[in-house]
Amino acid sequence: MINKIWFFLIGCGLIYGVFKGIDMGSVFLNSAGEAYSLLVTMVPLIVLWCGIMNIASESGLLHKFSSLLRPFLRKLMPSVKNDKALDYVSSNVAANMLGLGSAATPFGLKAMKELDKENKNKGVATDAMITFLVLNTSGVTIIPMTVIALRMAYQSINPTCIIIPSLIATFISSFSGLLIDYCIRRKNAK
Amino acid sequence: MLNNYIIPFIVLFIISYGFFKKCDIYDRFIAGAFDGLKIVLDIIPAILAMILAVNIFVDSGLLLDLFKGSKYAEIFPMIFLRPISGNAALAYLSQVYATHGPDSFLGFLASIIQGATDTTIYVLALYFSSIKIKNSRYALWVGLAADFFGILAAFIVVHFFF
Repeated sequence: MINKIWFFLIGCGLIYGVFKGIDMGSVFLNSAGEAYSLLVTMVPLIVLWCGIMNIASESGLLHKFSSLLRPFLRKLMPSVKNDKALDYVSSNVAANMLGLGSAATPFGLKAMKELDKENKNKGVATDAMITFLVLNTSGVTIIPMTVIALRMAYQSINPTCIIIPSLIATFISSFSGLLIDYCIRRKNAK
Repeated sequence: MLNNYIIPFIVLFIISYGFFKKCDIYDRFIAGAFDGLKIVLDIIPAILAMILAVNIFVDSGLLLDLFKGSKYAEIFPMIFLRPISGNAALAYLSQVYATHGPDSFLGFLASIIQGATDTTIYVLALYFSSIKIKNSRYALWVGLAADFFGILAAFIVVHFFF
């Protein structure tokens, strides 16, 4: 997939650009410099945020947060009887909400493994797995730090002004995803 | 504005919690930052690859000629790339900032779209392949529908806040 996209963007761009008489050679060379100036601003901020978030995860705050989410998740995934699976699911969702993407993935993979233990039909996704995926991919992130860092790299006057609008949009996305999932499950159960 | 208080509040809350739980907050910060640095180093080549591809595609003018007259010409490819590659969407976002500025209407809209959606197809493939699920049933459609509503919400929200 990624191969096709990369080839498509570069192939189409180069052919069309050369055809239109644009100096594509310098576009090629300039992207390196552009990537550099971008990363110089973004990397330190993201590294800084990882440091802060590590305090949250090692002081037990992340754990506390995920146990607050548990009752809510139990209602969302009524078919899950396995407590360990629910533990991993809530850790994954909590880590995603705090923007700890790299910490979230191992929890997510473990959660899937636990959910698969309840799966009677191996190779076919269960309802709970799908609900979990919807939660994961449409999940609310409280602080979109990468976007803020990128805005800073382009000298935004107010890089953080997107926090609340993003929260509203991402909340609507999660809510509608879960609602659709719930409707499909109810329809299938009939 | 409220937005400006969110980060200071969260940082204060996290370090106070760690401090009163007698956690070595300084050492934890350094360790986390070091891990962060390693993660970032891992993805730099991928970001570079995507910035190159997106730059070539955007600067060729193909897109603008294709969507002539539409003021969202730059937003469409971002929406299509978002579920597959987070780095490609990020490279597009930076192109939108470069041409229109991060504080422009399009820059604001693109920021919210990036925040409200996720790399749905990528995550689905990663998680399901880890436990050898071949039949994902309706998972992809629900995931993409959630992203769609997130984008729709972004278009509405931007009119209230911009």
